[in-house]
Order: sequence, then structure tokens, then C-alpha cells
Amino acid sequence: MKVWVFSEEHHGRPAASALELLAKAREYGEAVVFHVGAGSAEAFAELGAHGASEVHHLDPGDTLAAAPAAAALADLVGDAKAVLFGMGNLDRDVAGRLSARMNRPVASNALDVISEDEGQAVVTEILGGTLRVVKAITADDPAIVVVRSKAFTAEPTGGSAPTVVPVTMPDVGHSGAVQVLERHEEPSEGPDLEAAEIVVSGGRGLGDAERFKIVNELAELLGGAVGATRAVVDAGWVPYSLQVGQTGKTVKPKIYIAAGISGAMQHVVGMKDSSIIIAINKDPEAPIFGIADLGIVGDVHQVLPKLIDALRERGN
Amino acid sequence: MKIAVCAKQIPDPATPYELDPEHHWVVRPDDQVLDDTDRYGVEIALQLAEASEGSVTLFSMSPAGNLQGIRQALAMGADKAVIVSDPALKGSDALVTAKVLARAIEQEGFDLVIAGTESTDGSAGVLPQQLAELLGAPALTFAKAVEHDGDTIRIHRQTPDGYDEVEATLPAVLTVTAGVVEPRYPTFKGIMQAKQKPVEQLTAADLGFDAAEVGAAGSAQYVRSVTPVPARQAGEIVEDDGEAYRKILELLEQAKVV
Repeated sequence: MKVWVFSEEHHGRPAASALELLAKAREYGEAVVFHVGAGSAEAFAELGAHGASEVHHLDPGDTLAAAPAAAALADLVGDAKAVLFGMGNLDRDVAGRLSARMNRPVASNALDVISEDEGQAVVTEILGGTLRVVKAITADDPAIVVVRSKAFTAEPTGGSAPTVVPVTMPDVGHSGAVQVLERHEEPSEGPDLEAAEIVVSGGRGLGDAERFKIVNELAELLGGAVGATRAVVDAGWVPYSLQVGQTGKTVKPKIYIAAGISGAMQHVVGMKDSSIIIAINKDPEAPIFGIADLGIVGDVHQVLPKLIDALRERGN
Repeated sequence: MKIAVCAKQIPDPATPYELDPEHHWVVRPDDQVLDDTDRYGVEIALQLAEASEGSVTLFSMSPAGNLQGIRQALAMGADKAVIVSDPALKGSDALVTAKVLARAIEQEGFDLVIAGTESTDGSAGVLPQQLAELLGAPALTFAKAVEHDGDTIRIHRQTPDGYDEVEATLPAVLTVTAGVVEPRYPTFKGIMQAKQKPVEQLTAADLGFDAAEVGAAGSAQYVRSVTPVPARQAGEIVEDDGEAYRKILELLEQAKVV
């Protein structure tokens, strides 16, 4: 039984989520990929190395691929077992449209997909990861599932080059008429947030964009990556690429320092699996203290400068 | 421009949610509040309506309760609201909710539908796209800036490392992130006027749905079990006396990262 994985190309490579999903798909059935993007040979090879036997490739050019990709997928997936998506914006766009088109539900925020006698089900966590939920899907296959980042671990199997099947852009009329005029990149510095051993994240409690910079300073000293809460990203202090949480990145570093972060559920689900959590917040009632290994009730702008000075003295 | 805004009333996020033990649905009290993420959609709708001599209608599917959440959005300046409220809708998943909202919005007519990217309580995050597909409309999603020029809407669409400039023509669906605008606070006058604004209440049958098509019966997924996740043990909490930074340093040393 085929298990489809949605993949979006990014700088000539498949999205990290696609490689994670392939780790599940290849043990869950026959892993096949629906790949959207220019279609680099490296991307195809990498998908093959992670276990994809076929890659169906749609090059949308300057059209936003959501509606045409959903239409093409609906024609391809037939009675496959499942179609797996990551949390990316295009992933969610295509998953939603595919669901409406095929009249099947989307199981969102999944951490696992399981097959049982009665059908398929997904495992997820709600309320900031305090409750584990098993959601049964009663629709016909394929199950349409949106999976959280890092639910599965990407691992190459050394698979050979996949068969690449070009997909023609279907004409979906007005629904598909979304043009991409220009792409802008906001360069980010320092180590990769999702791979870093140390993450220093800041929240609203830091005050403003200028004063947020103390987070960068500490991260740089520790050789760590900078993260942020959704509130801070929404306020425009730092780019979205630094957002940690349900709708941003999921991190599991050795050390997570939460500075001026209250610990909203949407943030916590993206960092609660860090090995050691250190939190600094003025409010003793802040929920972040409930999961911190070390909690400092105090002003981040008092605590962090002293920590930075001490680290500098030690020659860090 | 005739603008439809999806607005959700949710239990106050400041108080812990309760699940009913039988179906594991979120218990919805009478006094729900407007989902904070919807305030951004309402604000952008008001700005677009002001610029185009248009109108703003709120659409919501929920137990009506005391309409406190919807009144919040009306107080910001929306013209009216259409609430689909019916016990038969209990247990609806995102797709069923999208079907119900799509029919209510189609019945009213629209140029632009605006929604948040995901609700705070359910956070399925796919309803606007389901709605766009059902309405046969293009979707401009994850907007962090919005402009319009006649029938053309152009947005800055959030991408993993920046944004894309993307455009479509009306009719269309638009989803906005919380960074898109600063939502206005209702004025006293707005709050008073909101009490007089029309709120139309519809049932599933009014929209032509059979009971079997909606609610838990119409939803092809259900929660089978809920179990507590072993809580992470909270550690040491200390009040900063000017020296608390030493505690952090010690922990970093123990972990051998400095």
C-alpha cells in the first residue's frame, strides 16, 4: 500500500519534514513522494536515499502551488493508505484543499500514525502536551495527516535513485490563480536552530526589539542558536525563521534558556523535550516554571548581563 | 468590497480547558471570548472595508452562548454577524465546520473571506484552505502584510526564511498571521453600538444540512482515548537576589557546555 509524502523543495533540497516523514512512510507502506519545486537532481537523490521509490514532481513555476497540487494529488493518491504532510505553510495549504476535494478529514498535529483492525488512527498531544490523544479516522483511505516537526527522525537508508514522474500542472481555474511576484529572504546568522545543542530564546518579557539583542549576545557566547516566541515574531522583532513552537520550529537541544518567556502552550510544545530547561521570568506564576529544571524569578535584564559578564571572564 | 470574517468564540484561554468525559470535546461555557488571533482578521477587514466603501460580516459556528466574543468583534466595527448555532453541530471537525461556514458565506455573498491561520483552542490549521477549496476561490495564506488595489489583493506570505510577494484577484480567501496589523481596541461608542448590531442565528437545517452530515455524525474522525502525559518534573525555582546568575552558570558547567 502506498504512503504518500508531501515534499517542498527549498534551495535545491527537500524540506526537512519530507525526510522525517519518509522514515515513517517506508515502514508504514511503500513510500512515494509528491514533490513541489524546480526539481533538482540532488533533491530527487536525497528523497531516494531516504526510501522513496517514486517521486512525482510538479514544477509550479511562479504560481503558488496549493490548489493545483491538491488537484494533482487527488488524482494520484487513489486508495493509497495515507498522505503525510509536514507543518510547512504549503503543506497545510495543500492538505486542507485535498481534504475538501476528497471529502476526507485532515488529522492535524499528529505525532504518529497507527494502523489497527478498525482502521487508522493518529496519536497527538493537546493542551500544551499534557494530554495524549488517540484520534480514530473513520473515513475511507487514504488518511490525510499533518504531522508535527521531529515526530519522526530522518535517516537515510542508502536507497537508490527513485523513478521521477513529471506531473502536469492541472488547470483549476480561478482557485489556482495565485501568482508569486517576488521572493525575499531574510538572512539568519549563527547555528541552525533545529540542530543546535544550546538554544537561547526570548519572549515579550524582554521589552522591545532593541533589548531582545541580549539574547543574541548570550547565544553567541555559548555557541548556541537564537529562538523566539510567536509574540516576538509577530511583533516584528525577529524573523519567523527563529520562531519556536507549534507553528514554528520544534527544538530538542541539550540546554534551552527561556528569557522573558511566560510559557504559552503554543510555545511549550516546540521546546518541552529539551534536556535541560532554564527559565528567567519576572512573574513567579509564569507556566514556564512548571517545566523548568532551573527557574529564576527575576528581571532578565538584571540576570543575563551578569551571566554574560561571568562567561566572558571565564573566557567563553 | 464585501468581506466575510471567520470569527471563533473560544473558552477564555486564561482558564484551563475542560474536556467532557464522554466525547472528549472542549467544554464550551456560555461566556466564551473572541479568539485573540481573530482580532487581526477583523482589523484588516475593517481597514479594507474602509478603503473600499465595503462591509464586514462576521461568520461563526459555535454555541451562541451570550455572544460575548462576537460582540467584541462587532464593537471593533464589524457591521453584522451570522452565527450558525445548533446542538446538531456538536463534535464537528474542521472539514464539517468549513462546509457549514462555506454555505453560510455563499448564501450571504462575498468578495473576500478572511480568517486567522489557526484557532487557539483547536489549532487544526487547515480550515481556511478547506473553505477556499469549497468556495472555489484562490487562497492568499499566512499573510504578514496585505495591500489591495481594486480587485487585486497582494500579500507578504510568510516563508521559512523570509516572505514571498503573492497576489490574486477577488473573490478570494485570505489568512492573516498575528503580525499583520495592530488590532484596534473597541471604543465606548463601539461597545454601545455593538449591542444594537444585527446578529442572525441559523441552524444547520436553515443551510440545508441533514443532521447526519454535520456534528460528530458527519465528522470522519473522533477522539477515542485521552490519557495524561507524565508531567515533566519542575526543578528548582529561585528568586533572584542579584546572584542567581551563578545558579545558571553552575548548571551550564554541570552539563559541560561551558
